[in-house]
Amino acid sequence: MADLNTLQRTWSGIHGDEPFGKLDLRLTDTCLRDGSHHKRHQFTATEVHDIVEALDNAGVPVIEVTHGDGLGGSSFNYGFSRTPEQELIKIAAETAKRAKIAFLMLPGLGTKDDIRAAQDNGGQICRVATHCTEADVSIQHFGLARDLGLETVGFLMMSHTQPPEVLAKQARIMVDAGCQCVYVVDSAGALIMEQTADRVSAVVAEIGHQADVGFHGHENLGLGVSNTVIAARAGATQIDGSVRRFGAGAGNMPLEAFVGVSDKLGWTTGVDFLKIVDASEDVIKPAMPEECQLDRMTLMMGYAGVYSSFLKHAGNAAERYGVSGAQILLEAGNRKLIGGQEDQLIDIALMLKARDAEAAGV
Amino acid sequence: MARKLTAAIVGPGNIGTDLLFKLLRSDVVEPRWMIGVDAASEGLRIASDKGLDVSHEGVDWLLKQDELPDLLFEATSAYVHREYAPRYAEAGIRAIDLTPAAVGPAVIPPVNGLEHVGALNVNMITCGGQATIPMVNAVSRITPVPYAEIVASVSSVSAGPGTRANIDEFTSTTSAGVVSIGGAERGKAIIILNPAEPPMIMRDTIFCAVDPDADEDAIAESVHRMERAVQEYVPGYRLLQEPQFDGPSDATQGRKRVSIFVEVEGAGDFLPPYSGNLDIMTAAAAQVGENIARHLLENAGSN
Repeated sequence: MADLNTLQRTWSGIHGDEPFGKLDLRLTDTCLRDGSHHKRHQFTATEVHDIVEALDNAGVPVIEVTHGDGLGGSSFNYGFSRTPEQELIKIAAETAKRAKIAFLMLPGLGTKDDIRAAQDNGGQICRVATHCTEADVSIQHFGLARDLGLETVGFLMMSHTQPPEVLAKQARIMVDAGCQCVYVVDSAGALIMEQTADRVSAVVAEIGHQADVGFHGHENLGLGVSNTVIAARAGATQIDGSVRRFGAGAGNMPLEAFVGVSDKLGWTTGVDFLKIVDASEDVIKPAMPEECQLDRMTLMMGYAGVYSSFLKHAGNAAERYGVSGAQILLEAGNRKLIGGQEDQLIDIALMLKARDAEAAGV
Repeated sequence: MARKLTAAIVGPGNIGTDLLFKLLRSDVVEPRWMIGVDAASEGLRIASDKGLDVSHEGVDWLLKQDELPDLLFEATSAYVHREYAPRYAEAGIRAIDLTPAAVGPAVIPPVNGLEHVGALNVNMITCGGQATIPMVNAVSRITPVPYAEIVASVSSVSAGPGTRANIDEFTSTTSAGVVSIGGAERGKAIIILNPAEPPMIMRDTIFCAVDPDADEDAIAESVHRMERAVQEYVPGYRLLQEPQFDGPSDATQGRKRVSIFVEVEGAGDFLPPYSGNLDIMTAAAAQVGENIARHLLENAGSN
């Protein structure tokens, strides 16, 4: 049996000037972006400062800061930000001593002007996310980001919906457009072990000689760490997670747990396990409205393959119209909704309400 | 028999061909030319079968003809239209622009359809704009709208390479229209391309911030009235739900939120019914062309 602890690929480190030495895996913490969903986009300047300080001190090399839905996400549809995201990016960039600040953008919502502003505020890594069949909408944004000298990352969201070969082709489109690392993104927390490995392997086979490959996992079926370990073994060298799972749905892959696992397996991440565990208790926990939980609603998301950030919106609509939140999520799965279609959850709630009324003979 | 104005369609792709079918039914516009750049184009073949003069030698061929069209429908790209718009104007041809070039003023038929009938060039904004701006206007004609936001979801297969390569133009052109024609003080536009099979029918959501005391009955009545006005040229345009009103909160800076949900099913002339986003563009363009034609024919008659 091959030695599972020896990674077939390690992080390329192609982006120069790395203060962390040689890393096997480069970790990105996303609690200040994906966690924005859980926080209903209510981060304060102080929270962002304190979290960036703690993560930076623990040695996390990349910290993502943006509205949960990316640049320009502050809206009726996704929720308005308490503090403008560009202000938060600026605070993060001013606070971090070693970590690079990343920001997310979704074409169709954010624009090239938002990317320019994020760079002006100190953002260094531009992460462009598309649904995993629609990579060609990102071409102009990767082009701009590279022209501006930004490091680039591509996100293929809802990767569980497509087979490995489709993801590989979409990854190719992003790399040809200037993307330096393509992530297989399990937005619904629906991938199961080998399904993750197969997808990562296919993307590595297609673009691995030119770019890095990453994995972004969610906890909706409780498989965040397992999926990430198997992704790393399949060749993913950039890894997303959020300390304390602070993210959408049941939360992201818990980054501090993965640091511990990596230590055990001998994979160098550059992150100090004891420091990041302290950060989790002392800094992240107080900023969370509640722990991210594996409960009826979040399990339903992994089970039905629903975009994790629908959670709070489905909850709102369920409460507003007196219908079942779990039913809303199941119907979202039936309708094959994708990330961004939060507005349709209201339509579903109204449909369920009408159906309930009809069943009751009202 | 009443006289008709002649028209050329430039760009024999999906949009141009669907538009052809709509103009063939018109009482006041006669499509006579279809212009492309590819001899093997299916759209040119269909147009030829319908009795139009066709050419694959581009607009330069058209502009060299002895007889020029009264109206020209541009269904190519913003790039092409920006280049040729001055030459159409020079030749006295009135252009209805279905690209996002935005050379001329924007037109949404049930809102400002008659305002620019005298213009030499008018722009149709975007499919998402045609589907949502009427509803922003339906609210803003009742009560001030400090902010409006539209979310357009279309099937992936109905979003062509032009839309994909220039998705920023979609959001900026649409949000500008939400303000200039919709009547909102600030606007935001979001577009989602959904790959579900079978393809989803275009769906749009319109959110408007309004004063907490705004008259909900009057807004709802205005929204229904606008639905009927759009249905006159897009029969498959319909409200999915009654307008929803959500009370003010901190997040909305003390405003009430109006939510309007619509679906746009196409007429299935050339394109499949799910691509209501394309249908509403061609239907609106045909409507605008007819408005211009009626205006010119009436003026000619009164002289």
